[in-house]
Amino acid sequence: MKARVFVMLKNGVLDPQGEAVRHALGSLGFDGVEGVRQGKIIELDLAEGTTEATVTEMCEKLLANTVIESYRIELG
Amino acid sequence: MRAAVIVFPGSNCDRDLAVAFEQAGADVTMVWHKDTALPEGVDIVGVPGGFSFGDYLRCGAIAANSPICRSLVAHAERGGYALGVCNGFQILTETGLLPGALRRNSGLKYICRTVGLTVETTDTAFTSGYSAKDVINVPIAHHDGNYFVEDAKLAELRDQDRIAFTYTDNPNGSVADIAGVVSRNRRVLGMMPHPERAADSGHGGTDGTAMFRAMLEQFANA
Repeated sequence: MKARVFVMLKNGVLDPQGEAVRHALGSLGFDGVEGVRQGKIIELDLAEGTTEATVTEMCEKLLANTVIESYRIELG
Repeated sequence: MRAAVIVFPGSNCDRDLAVAFEQAGADVTMVWHKDTALPEGVDIVGVPGGFSFGDYLRCGAIAANSPICRSLVAHAERGGYALGVCNGFQILTETGLLPGALRRNSGLKYICRTVGLTVETTDTAFTSGYSAKDVINVPIAHHDGNYFVEDAKLAELRDQDRIAFTYTDNPNGSVADIAGVVSRNRRVLGMMPHPERAADSGHGGTDGTAMFRAMLEQFANA
C-alpha cells in the first residue's frame, strides 16, 4: 500500500521560497498571483495493513516539524 | 571540564568546536552519531555546525533522531549541559530540547560573514564572561537560520530571560532578532553564530573565547 504525506508550512509562518516563486511568476507576466506556498510531498511504500495512526506517528516524530509545519495524509 | 563533541555524517565544524573547548582547557572526546552512549562523566556536549545528513528532509531532523541524540536528550534531562552551534542549534530544536525552529533565511541566500551580536543575558554558564548588552563580533554561515517561535513562546522566552543573543542587524529574518536561546534550566544553549570561529587570534577575532572560558569556570567551580 502507498501513502502520501503533504507537508506545508503552517499558515502565518512566512514562506520565503513561496514568496520568491510568486515574484518570479509576476515577472514572467502572470498577473493576479496573490500568494504561493511551497511544500513537499513524501511518498511511502508501506506493508499492507499499516494504519493511518502509524503514518501519523511517522509525521509527528520525523516527517513534519509541527512547530512550523502542518501535514495531511492520503492513504491508498 | 569534560566535553564530548558529536560527529554526524556531514558535520564540518566538529574539530573547530573541539579545538575551542581544548584551548579553554577542556578534555574533549569525539563521539560518533551511531554511538549509543556518551563517555562517562561528560559535563558538556557540543553539537557542531555543518550539514548533518545533507540537510535532507529538514536541517537537523535526521540527526535529531540518531542513537547518540537519544543519549544527548537523556543527558540534558538529567541536567547536563549542551551547546549547539548552527546545525547544532537546528538539531537541538528538532530534539525538542530548545523551543522554536529554524527556517530558510528570509533573503533565501546562504550568508557567510561576521555579524554583531548583543549579549542579552549574562545569567548562563555560557555568557557569564560578558557584560549585559555587550556587542560581540561572531561569524555566521547558514542558509536556514531564520528563527521562528510562536508569540506565546516568545513572551515566555522574554519573561524567563532565555534569549542569549540577538543580532544587532538582523541578517536572516529571525523573530525578534534572535540569534541564540537557552533551555528552561539555562543549561542548553543553541545559537546560529559560530563562537568557535572567533576563538583564536588567527580567526580574525576572539570574541567567542569568553564563552568557552566561562564554561570552564562553571565546571571548575562546580
